[in-house]
Amino acid sequence: MNATAPLACKPGDYKSQIKPIWCPGCGDYHVLMALTRALAALGLPPERIAVISGIGCSSRIPAYTNCYGFHGVHGRSLPLAAGLKIVRPDLTVIVASGDGDGYSIGGNHFLHACRRNVDLTYLVMDNHIYGMTKGQPSPTTEPDFDTALTPGGTGVRPFNPLVIALASGANFVARAYAGNPRETADIIVSAVRHPGFSFVEILSPCVTYRPDQRAWKERVHTAPVEATDDAARAARRLMTDDGFNLGVLFRGDRHPFQPAAAVARADRADLEKGFEI
Amino acid sequence: MSDAAAIQAIDSPATLIAVAYEIETDAVERYKLLAEQMETHNNPELVRIFLDLARAEGLHAEQIRRAAGDLGVEARRGPIGAWRTDSPESADLSSAHYLMRPRDALLMALAGEQRALAFYTELAAASNDALVKKLAADFAEEEREHVELCHRLLLRYSPTAGAADADDPDPPLAVD
Repeated sequence: MNATAPLACKPGDYKSQIKPIWCPGCGDYHVLMALTRALAALGLPPERIAVISGIGCSSRIPAYTNCYGFHGVHGRSLPLAAGLKIVRPDLTVIVASGDGDGYSIGGNHFLHACRRNVDLTYLVMDNHIYGMTKGQPSPTTEPDFDTALTPGGTGVRPFNPLVIALASGANFVARAYAGNPRETADIIVSAVRHPGFSFVEILSPCVTYRPDQRAWKERVHTAPVEATDDAARAARRLMTDDGFNLGVLFRGDRHPFQPAAAVARADRADLEKGFEI
Repeated sequence: MSDAAAIQAIDSPATLIAVAYEIETDAVERYKLLAEQMETHNNPELVRIFLDLARAEGLHAEQIRRAAGDLGVEARRGPIGAWRTDSPESADLSSAHYLMRPRDALLMALAGEQRALAFYTELAAASNDALVKKLAADFAEEEREHVELCHRLLLRYSPTAGAADADDPDPPLAVD
């Protein structure tokens, strides 16, 4: 055996000793399972991966992996991850978020991360609700979803993440369902392998504040068409999307953003000089 | 791969044994995960039940691994696995609940055993390979015994002793 050959990791090798505190039945357990399976399938050693997150139930995921991780500021996981990837292009950077963190507080960063096309994999666990803060409507909540805070619903048209990602220039767009962890793992593998900004919307039920989402497993279905590299065709498909089509929608061919090495690796002494008072 | 696709893909006894091993190891993984969840939510009775279920499935996996001999069933099991969704016997994690009681856990186990029984029964009927037919029928018989065991264990619990009937002193009410 070659002494420098990487050791093959099993999915369990990517899990940390910290036990998740999500509610039993939460889709995020499946996402963690899918992520660890995907990383094992990719054959990446944990120390070559960074998992970056913001705030929310889904954003707890870095602590549950054995990879490097950063549990950052609400909605700011993407700029943090982009900065990391730019200075450490050798790392595989995975960003985890939820529909509140990613589409509301971090909505603006989402647009520009798609546009900038840094080589990141963005996994958004969408449960159409703010779970951690006890059930407020999020950008993807249905307009008539009745809560104590919004009697009769918000009446506001939901955010369509795939449309936004495609229109903003994401280089890979897909939807998965947490309850199908193997299919989700396959999609994560494809997303990580695809160069540039890869966006995966993962429908991940919140069974505590949205017990109705247990029925998602009957509603999801594999998209009847293969992925396309034509953004216009992908956009037309989204016009008839029911929100439960699963699979890879779009694989673009934009070159990932990576500034010149001289810019990315600024000299520390120069930086310190610039901050001198 | 769906169950139907799996049945079509099982064209030899070696493939069937590898699939059977994957079904059992998946079930072990799920039950262990459910035990972890129940430990986090301070439900020791359910921790014990799920660990017992994991142990039982682990024994089946070990039996298959030993019977497989040189087939290398562990090596054949990739990190992601063959099924697109879930292998038949895996407990449905999405049906877990923080107020679960033993009856709910047994119903979850029963559903898994019934799916496995249906899978092997269908395979035994559909296969053209005589040895695959025989092995699948044997696995189906084993699963049938497990289904009956679950039914017997369920008799110990009242039909109204499930999570849906539990008193929740601190229900998850949405707040502003």
